[in-house]
Amino acid sequence: MNPPVAAQGSHRADGAVRAADPVLTARNVSIDYEVEPAVHAVRDVSLTLHRGEILGLAGESGCGKTTLAYGINQLLRPPAALKAGTVTFHDHDGTDIDLGGLHGESLRAFRWDKISMVFQGAMNSLNPVISIRAQLFDVFTTHRPGMSKKEKEERSQELLRKVGVDPNRLDSFAHQLSGGMRQRVMIAMALALNPQVMIMDEPTTALDVVVQRGILREIMRLREEFNFAVIFITHDLPLLLEISDRIAVMLQGEIVELDTAENIYENAQHPYTQRLLSSFPSLTGERGSFIRTGEGA
Amino acid sequence: MADDIREQQLAAQASGGGIAPAQIIEETPTAVLAGKVDKVGVWRRFGQQLRRSPKLAIGLAMVVAIVLFTVVVPFFTASPFALDNPSLLKPGEGGHLLGTTQLGADVLAQLAHGGRGSLLIGLTAGAITVVLSVLFGVVGGYIGGWTDEILFLISSVILVIPGLPLMIVFSSYIPGRSIWLIAGILGITSWAGSAIVLRSQARSLRSRDYVAASRVAGESPWRIIFVEIIPNLLPLAAAQFLFAVVAAILGEAGLSFLGLGPTGSVTWGTMLNDAQLGAALTRGAWWWFIPPGVLIALLGGALSLVNFSIDEIINPKLRTGSAQAKSVREARRKHKESRRAAKSARAEQKKVTS
Amino acid sequence: MKFYVRRFAFYLATLWFAVTLNFVLPRLLPGDPATILLQKLARQGGEVTPAMLRSVELLLGTSDGASVWSQYWSYLGSILRGDLGVSISNYPEQVTTLIGQALPWTLALVGLATIISFVLGVLVGAYVGWKRGTWADHIIPATTFMQSVPYFWLALLLIYIFSVTLGWFPIIGGWDTWTFDNPEASFAFLKDVIWHGTLPALTIILSSVGGWLLGMRNMTVSTLSEDYITTAEAKGLRPSRIFMTYAVRNAALPSIAGFTISLGFVVAGSIVMEQVFTYPGLGRLMIQAVQGKDYALMQGVFLVITLTVLAANFIMDMFYGLIDPRARNNG
Repeated sequence: MNPPVAAQGSHRADGAVRAADPVLTARNVSIDYEVEPAVHAVRDVSLTLHRGEILGLAGESGCGKTTLAYGINQLLRPPAALKAGTVTFHDHDGTDIDLGGLHGESLRAFRWDKISMVFQGAMNSLNPVISIRAQLFDVFTTHRPGMSKKEKEERSQELLRKVGVDPNRLDSFAHQLSGGMRQRVMIAMALALNPQVMIMDEPTTALDVVVQRGILREIMRLREEFNFAVIFITHDLPLLLEISDRIAVMLQGEIVELDTAENIYENAQHPYTQRLLSSFPSLTGERGSFIRTGEGA
Repeated sequence: MADDIREQQLAAQASGGGIAPAQIIEETPTAVLAGKVDKVGVWRRFGQQLRRSPKLAIGLAMVVAIVLFTVVVPFFTASPFALDNPSLLKPGEGGHLLGTTQLGADVLAQLAHGGRGSLLIGLTAGAITVVLSVLFGVVGGYIGGWTDEILFLISSVILVIPGLPLMIVFSSYIPGRSIWLIAGILGITSWAGSAIVLRSQARSLRSRDYVAASRVAGESPWRIIFVEIIPNLLPLAAAQFLFAVVAAILGEAGLSFLGLGPTGSVTWGTMLNDAQLGAALTRGAWWWFIPPGVLIALLGGALSLVNFSIDEIINPKLRTGSAQAKSVREARRKHKESRRAAKSARAEQKKVTS
Repeated sequence: MKFYVRRFAFYLATLWFAVTLNFVLPRLLPGDPATILLQKLARQGGEVTPAMLRSVELLLGTSDGASVWSQYWSYLGSILRGDLGVSISNYPEQVTTLIGQALPWTLALVGLATIISFVLGVLVGAYVGWKRGTWADHIIPATTFMQSVPYFWLALLLIYIFSVTLGWFPIIGGWDTWTFDNPEASFAFLKDVIWHGTLPALTIILSSVGGWLLGMRNMTVSTLSEDYITTAEAKGLRPSRIFMTYAVRNAALPSIAGFTISLGFVVAGSIVMEQVFTYPGLGRLMIQAVQGKDYALMQGVFLVITLTVLAANFIMDMFYGLIDPRARNNG
């Protein structure tokens, strides 16, 4: 029997297919903004994330992809609320954890340890009044109370090195770092506890393309090394075609297409996906053809 | 710039913690909502706020009531200077609703006339404050450069010098003080804080697109200031005005209490001064010194409530959350209840079928 | 470093401005203070020594031909030497002596009360802002009204309730002048001082705490919608840690930066309050001076009050530079 499309393994650079277990399962998730009249930001969304996979989540602004990410992580704030559905995390030791059932202490302990997040626009994601070191140490102090100060220092320096930031920057404050550096620090923080899933919400949108490329290469390299799964949220579909194993396209709160990157590139099924694909001008092809006829995507 | 961050914080504090109105809204869950509401015009929001929030309605109602009191009642009472009544009558005695003072003046008459004096001074001083702060703040903030540096320096110096002592020094040199003079002194010493807040806002507006467009189109700076910038500062300026009025009323009360207020007029402050000089406390004449203070507090509090509501209109972040947090808790509570009800219903079912 | 130097220079400039104001005002405003003063002296029957004459001329202007500039320099000179003149109403006491007696009372009372009020206001305000949408929000209208209550009226009320009616606290004074002739370093005296200072301190705290509470609450609410708070929550940090280090530390910055404005109100209130309680501080001294047309004393107190306020602001600025790294590094 053929496995359903959603359960296909992820691809490696050398073309070999790696059979993978699911690490995160979302079933029939619906999220509303409880105002007058109610806004249905996410409607009946189901998806499965496999171990080590990069799942791209594409769509325009306002389609609900960020809301979905926040919902998965139980970060929704009033007036947003999870109206229906379950999110299950499959730990690598075999246990299943229902995210909806976590509250208070258990939720706090779960966060960052199993699933971490890199937010949109790191411009403001760092506390402006305490040092980078303090913010990295925060993570360790909370989740690994057994670590000594020396261990925390070593680990922090190692993390910064891994993302390509000079360890001396531990003494710096957020405003002393460039945008690209801040984003790298955020990624380092997200890696700190070796999570199994990283959710990245437009991590490179606010940066220039050269810096963007550098950061993406870091992410790919780190994933090779640590084998965490990534949900990569962006409106930049061509980018996802480059780096994702599978892509989910969202429109007005629903997933309209979910397939491997190749299939979407060559044979997009849903008309919205097709429109999205043709909305990006390409570097090849005749000049002006995009504007006049929409060709060349 | 080091001073920049302090200025921002100063402005944030002075405007009651509200931050610049039109910020770039990103697509985060709460922000989506704020973005939605932001598109509605200020006056529409005022109307919405009026219906939704009891604070604004209560505040406005109280202000109107007190103003009416000071405008209408004086027509029905004796002159506040008439001293032909017996001294220190308790409320209700001899036809005096609020009793009389030690010198024999009717307290109600003094209260009503005094209200006129206090309000007049408050409004005038508030107006002077707003005009001066717009001049020093907005003009400096928009034009920038040396003009701005100098104006800002003057504002900072005046801000730091303690207000009441300065007012006392002024007042002490002038023997005959009219209501207008007192209002002038109050206004001249209190505009600096407002100026800095408005300047901070004007500076951020200066870099907005529509202002840049006007500059490129060749409009004169004064026209830009009056047509583009000031209308956008109106809510903030209104809040500063109300704040200034409250401060002026309190300031006048303090000055008068010290005997440095308007000579020859009655205000709530002069009433309190008379009360202290007439040993109202030790004589237990509570009807004399309590009403003026209560009215000052009520008027000041009411104006502050209105101010607070304006703050919530300007800064949507202060609004979204309180009511919605409650509604989410409500929804969750109902959800839990219905689940419990469903569970017990199923248990009942089981009992029936087993 | 540059930050602190700039602030210090600014305060120096402000002090100079205050001194100059003292010089300019009596010469500018209607009424001739110098003549009034000298006439009053003559009426009092006191002898007008050349030293007194000189002092009055320096402060209030002369009628002889000396240019304004030379007067100004002489005036600046005597200020820098610490000579604030001679008090007319308490002749022959030096102004500096009188101020020296009154200053500690004001510093202790107003200083302590302000610190208590600030800390209380900021912490409670932060807590109310943290717990949005619960009962805590209902305190807000109450504190709004309390903020509008005139200090001195509140003082009158407190005296009426606690001193006149209940007799728990003394009505006037800084200490019991029947028991102690002069301030002494004894425990009994200290207890007496605290007993006398309770109502005044309570007045200051009650009327100023509302302002800081409100401001802090608003700022906390604003701060809670910042991205780094969401990040901190996503990191699974403990709520207490997020509250103190991520929320309060950022939300408190405007309150500290805006201490200037608030302090102005506190000073104003305490002057009037000292009058109500007949408390032997700077405020009362200033009012006495005004009532007695003792301009030298009045100007001197004004300068000292200004100096104290500037010093307090500078201390707050240094504190701000300590806790906000952005201020230290940029320029």
